[in-house]
Amino acid sequence: MTLATVDAIHRARRINGFDVERVRGDFPILARKVHGKPLVYLDSAASAQKPRAVIEAMSRFYEEDYANIHRGVHFLSQRSTDAFETARAKVARFINAAKADEIIFTRNATESINLVAQSWGRKNLGPGDEIVLTELEHHANIVPWQMLRAEKGFEIKVAPIDDTGQIQLDDMAKLIGPRTRLVAVSHMSNALGTILPVREIVRMARAQGALILIDGCQAAVHKQIDVQALDADFYAFSGHKLYGPSGIGVLYGKYALLEAMPPYQGGGDMIDRVTFARTTFKEPPHRFEAGTPAIAEAIGLAAAIDYLAELGQSFIADHEDDVLAYATERLAAIDGLTIHGTAAEKGAILSFTIAGAHAHDVATILDQQGVAVRAGHHCAHPLMDRLGVTATARASFALYSTRAEADALTDAIGAVKRIFKL
Amino acid sequence: MSDLRDLYQEVILDHGKAPRNFGHPSGANRTAHGHNAMCGDTIDVFLTVDGEGRIADAAFEGQGCAISVASASMMTEMLKGKTQADAHHLFEAMHALCTGHEDEADLANLDEDTADRMQILAGVRQYPMRVKCATLAWHTMDKAMNHTAKQDVSV
Ligand SMILES: Cc1ncc(COP(=O)(O)O)c(C=O)c1O
Repeated sequence: MTLATVDAIHRARRINGFDVERVRGDFPILARKVHGKPLVYLDSAASAQKPRAVIEAMSRFYEEDYANIHRGVHFLSQRSTDAFETARAKVARFINAAKADEIIFTRNATESINLVAQSWGRKNLGPGDEIVLTELEHHANIVPWQMLRAEKGFEIKVAPIDDTGQIQLDDMAKLIGPRTRLVAVSHMSNALGTILPVREIVRMARAQGALILIDGCQAAVHKQIDVQALDADFYAFSGHKLYGPSGIGVLYGKYALLEAMPPYQGGGDMIDRVTFARTTFKEPPHRFEAGTPAIAEAIGLAAAIDYLAELGQSFIADHEDDVLAYATERLAAIDGLTIHGTAAEKGAILSFTIAGAHAHDVATILDQQGVAVRAGHHCAHPLMDRLGVTATARASFALYSTRAEADALTDAIGAVKRIFKL
Repeated sequence: MSDLRDLYQEVILDHGKAPRNFGHPSGANRTAHGHNAMCGDTIDVFLTVDGEGRIADAAFEGQGCAISVASASMMTEMLKGKTQADAHHLFEAMHALCTGHEDEADLANLDEDTADRMQILAGVRQYPMRVKCATLAWHTMDKAMNHTAKQDVSV
């Protein structure tokens, strides 16, 4: 290639709005070395790295505006409250909620789902009722329902996946019936990358009068989410996978539903008036936010959302799709390697096993070459049982991932094969 | 990469790929089930203790990485003919080696081959996230030895 063509490609990238090398410069941690090798971070589905914009927004907030919220009349408390509520409004716009009050801040997606189980579920589920999950759910969308089932005696139905790791709508249709009160499904599988046909699933749930909860922990990172277009009743995700800080999560709920739900934790900030005889509760979302929340983390999440908006979510999605397609091609060419999850609709996750080498040995050997992947059951034991494996290795790609990193992964897998003589 | 060759030595790869004493002997009278919650590895250890309190036979079944399978396989070889006290001593030495307390691992009474093999397995201490892979079988064995009823172990 001549310098002129290289330059033209670069210019085209910028016009396209996405220049991955420039973007990588926004993430300080990507410059570090691991075991003397450049870091190749392919574990963003577990938690994403943070851009400087997020780190700085949080330290600036602590240095200039920090105080507790909703409680003081003093200047800093006002500043802090405003910043927190502005973050809520930003999250609402990010997923196109009808209003900011439909956004409840939690610790993470796990807590968001537990909130629905403990508040809505405890009030509305009982003997004779059914809820429908899928075989590829994260434990976060299984265990809260089992815990409640032990108390309330409703039934849990599980929609199977096919060999590509996708849900078949016919199977789903068989399970959703007049007794179904709730359908709770992942939007995108953290273990396989499968993107589920949630619009169709929502329609099926609606037709039977059931509510729908979508676990958007992975999908919110890779897709533009519009909760109104989806017609979701509840939508849950975590800040830390979205390039924001850990310690902050989101539960979206339709306002009319939230209004009818009882609080599930009691304390300060969530009450209207307390006497020892009787306490009245605030309106949503505050009713569900007992105690001092993760204030700086909400502000960090808002900064992450701004950052994504600046880059353009559709450019990010195109970029990730490109890296995923390239990595899939490279890994598929490796003898003895099986890719788990081959659905037509997939996000940037590549789960694999290598015949003759256990996923943990693979991950240790990759790590020594600076390549960070997750190995294990991905908090999805039932899915692993379905796949007939105890563990897989998982490479996940983010907005800062590159084709060169997919090459590094491929080379590192070569080292696994050399060590294990495969 | 040189470090990796220390961990994945020939003998580990060999036992990982072709584990010895793999199976469930019918005469086993001490058994325990071990589970590593972090990675999902499982193991069942089967010991046959004779009338004099010696381990006449040791075997295992399970699923896991090369380190955990090799560790279980090599352990069963080391156990044969040992008394309960010997077996417990081996467990303590292995635990000390893998967790970086070499000074507490009393290897003086062990034959050279056993001590060497334990040192090889203990190469895992360079990889803190993997120590439990090597120690799972040993925890499970120790629990099995100390009880006549079937035991469950989680590490
Ligand atoms: C699909 C899915 N659901 C739920 C969770 C739980 O997220 P968190 O641990 O942030 O609560 C995760 C993250 O691992 C996930 O990938």
